[in-house]
Amino acid sequence: MTLQTSRRGFLLAGGLSALAVGFTPGGRLAAGTPASHAFNPFVTIDSDGRVTVIVKHFEMGQGTSTGLPTLVAEELDADWEQIAVAFAPADNRRYANLAFGIQSTGGSTAIANSFLQYRQAGAAARDLLVRAAAGIWGADPADITVQKGMVGHGGKTLGFGALAAAAAGLTPAEAPRLKDPSAFRLIGDPKLPRKDSQDKTDGRARFAMDMKLPGMVVCVLKRPPRFGARVRQLDSSGAEGLPGFVGAKSLPDASGVAVYGKDSWSAIRARDAIEVDWDMTQAENRHSDRMLSDHLALLAAPHYQARKQVDPAETAAALAGAAKVVEAEFHFPFLAHAPMEPLVCVIEPTAQGVRLYDGSQFPANTQPTVAELLGLEVERVEIETLYAGGSFGRRATPNSDYQAEAAMAFALLGGETPVKLVWTREDDLGGGYYRPMAAHRARIALDQDGRIRGWDHRLATKSILKGSPFESFLVHDGVDHTSVEGLADSPYALPAFSVGLSDFETPIPVLWWRSVGHTHNAYAMEVMMDLAAEAAGQDPVAYRLSYLEGEDKDRRRLTGVLKLAAEKAGWSGPTAPNRGRGVAVHKSFDSYVAEVVEVSGHDGAIRIEKVTCAVDCGLPVNPDIIKAQMEGGIGYGLGAVMRNEITLSGGEVEQLNFPDYEPLRIADIGPIEVHILPSAEAPTGVGEPGLPPAGPALANAIRALSGTTATQLPMIKGGIAFS
Amino acid sequence: MSLTLHINGETHSVDAEEDTPLLWVIRDDLDMTGTKFGCGVAACGSCTVLVDGIATRSCQTYLSDLEDSQVTTIEGIRGPVADAVQQAWRDLDVVQCGYCQSGQILSAVSLLSEVPKPSDADIDAAMAGNVCRCATYRRIRAAIHRAAAKLES
Ligand code: FES
Ligand code: FES
Repeated sequence: MTLQTSRRGFLLAGGLSALAVGFTPGGRLAAGTPASHAFNPFVTIDSDGRVTVIVKHFEMGQGTSTGLPTLVAEELDADWEQIAVAFAPADNRRYANLAFGIQSTGGSTAIANSFLQYRQAGAAARDLLVRAAAGIWGADPADITVQKGMVGHGGKTLGFGALAAAAAGLTPAEAPRLKDPSAFRLIGDPKLPRKDSQDKTDGRARFAMDMKLPGMVVCVLKRPPRFGARVRQLDSSGAEGLPGFVGAKSLPDASGVAVYGKDSWSAIRARDAIEVDWDMTQAENRHSDRMLSDHLALLAAPHYQARKQVDPAETAAALAGAAKVVEAEFHFPFLAHAPMEPLVCVIEPTAQGVRLYDGSQFPANTQPTVAELLGLEVERVEIETLYAGGSFGRRATPNSDYQAEAAMAFALLGGETPVKLVWTREDDLGGGYYRPMAAHRARIALDQDGRIRGWDHRLATKSILKGSPFESFLVHDGVDHTSVEGLADSPYALPAFSVGLSDFETPIPVLWWRSVGHTHNAYAMEVMMDLAAEAAGQDPVAYRLSYLEGEDKDRRRLTGVLKLAAEKAGWSGPTAPNRGRGVAVHKSFDSYVAEVVEVSGHDGAIRIEKVTCAVDCGLPVNPDIIKAQMEGGIGYGLGAVMRNEITLSGGEVEQLNFPDYEPLRIADIGPIEVHILPSAEAPTGVGEPGLPPAGPALANAIRALSGTTATQLPMIKGGIAFS
Repeated sequence: MSLTLHINGETHSVDAEEDTPLLWVIRDDLDMTGTKFGCGVAACGSCTVLVDGIATRSCQTYLSDLEDSQVTTIEGIRGPVADAVQQAWRDLDVVQCGYCQSGQILSAVSLLSEVPKPSDADIDAAMAGNVCRCATYRRIRAAIHRAAAKLES
């Protein structure tokens, strides 16, 4: 959804205790100094002039701790240097994501849903400062100027700090006036520095992994070897006497064993020495190859039709009468998110309840989950949000899995000792919550002119949302929207395009993984478009453009990025010898991205030479962060399609650490060039949309070079080598 | 047992087993948390420190091997190379989540101390052990070139 208005929820009466604002992620006290004044839930100003912006979206690298303050600073006419950042406490009332109605970060919504709200917060604070100054100087507020943190009138100036106390005592305006975009000087500035660069280059940035509290013990879980297994018996005698070993206890739901040590290494080492007898009767015992064939079998008779507007009989008729049929079958493996910082949550007792230290992506869910586990009222669970070392979706589980583990481990130990629950990389890769495995089969009917007359697309995958608290929002008539997004709602003008969906069942927990369903849907769709273009004997860019004609907004914007990427990549010019180029274009999270990948071949091995990206994400707030997110999404996506997969043998995960799940490395990828389409539309997502076109553009480039179509992922499994 | 460690110019006596990885001593005993845990098996580079100036994975370095060595962590890097690298990282806003970046910076400092004007191939080789899941690689490469240019001038 595009968020045009976000009036609701803003400026719920001042009254924010500045003391509720904790530490900045760099560890310095952000507020709570005696002369700190709350202007509204998002802005406090200290008597020394420091403006603290309270950021409601956690920072996992996507730039919220710069982007949201940019919006405030713009309307406040603050100097960028005087802006400090603090993360919001858990509080749905004040800090909800306006796209979801609850406090959470995800779906590439941070800037989109905050765009008006944070500007209003800045404008409201500015208005208060102006009125305070007008009162002091006996001037008309209309004659007061604000520039780079200085309030002025007729040669007199005052800093924000000098006005803060008086201003915070005034009644905020109902509807503060916002700037005309032509007056923006921070929004759109390509050189505005990130707020987190300093702390993240000198070692001071604080992540949950860095928390240490007096008396704290570290807990790692001994996890079942197969999903769904339960602890039958625990034997911790092997760990007794190991230095720093504190104890081991089975979790209340028998899903694992909590192993405690006086520090991280003691806990990790003790875990290896503990023996557990597992009950495997409810466990997933299948091999992943078997799961794949089970997916393929489900394609024969789809459980649901995701495009109600099309009668599948119409599609069948088009195929029966086709001059040519283009078809392919695609296999997508389970993928782990593998954020750089393994999952971790610290929990400590407070006078009223508990406090969590977490890279908290989903406070609205974590707070009640932990409260319920500990028998506390929701407000008695505080969450202090720290920097998160990446997430890619992993830190936002519907059941707050690792925070719940921390709460259980804390309760098991008596509820008085602070506990740090740490995942190792082995826990992370073996622990589930994967991008679901998926299988697609597509058949396109072409007429003798190479025009598409029908498209029968079927896929099978496990639903992410069924059985979760969010089922009612995104599952309709049995169709989990996240299973078919980017496919069933494709903006291409396609006749007789049917999408059949079947749900695969497994106890393996699955989750949104950077760009969610688009990860596989864009891949299948954009490789198919290339195959169709080839069968039609047409240029892949021109062929796509022919399905994006007309005044429809999505088609216009897709056309814009496709033409720009093609132009910047020199698409119409000749390809150098031994090079291949591929293209893909896709809409996701309300943004439009086209990418051209150029590869070269060396003794049968492929090298990614260059990626050219064009993005239309509405009005660009922080152009350099938009570029960084495109670069990141492209790299994350390409690494995965090249060589990542989680496989199971007899139900046991075969990838235990990075050597088995080889991430993208510096030598794997050449330059990435990002071009941002100028736009005055409302800003839309950037964290995820760079990813979906990257994989199919690479596949199309490889096919252009070598003739091989990469339909089985990862590509190395299908026999494609990379140098 | 009590072991002696030289870190960032200071001498510490720590009470730990000889086979304790340096990473955990730095983080849990000495409370210097700029050095990160990412994999524990020398496959990601998050835990990179300098041992006698050379980039080293602290998760696979043991206290018993360090008796006579000088260890430098992100908290302790100083001097023109470190300054140029950190400044280049800030100028180009290399970081995203930031979790890998202490390790990236120490690997870059180690590289530029040995090879003042590295080629792309030198960078590929020296930085191969440092994973960035946020894929900031393009900027890391540019920042190393920028730091090298600055040091040259
Ligand atoms: S933690 Fe040492 S290399 Fe990954
Ligand atoms: S910046 Fe996130 S892993 Fe490198």
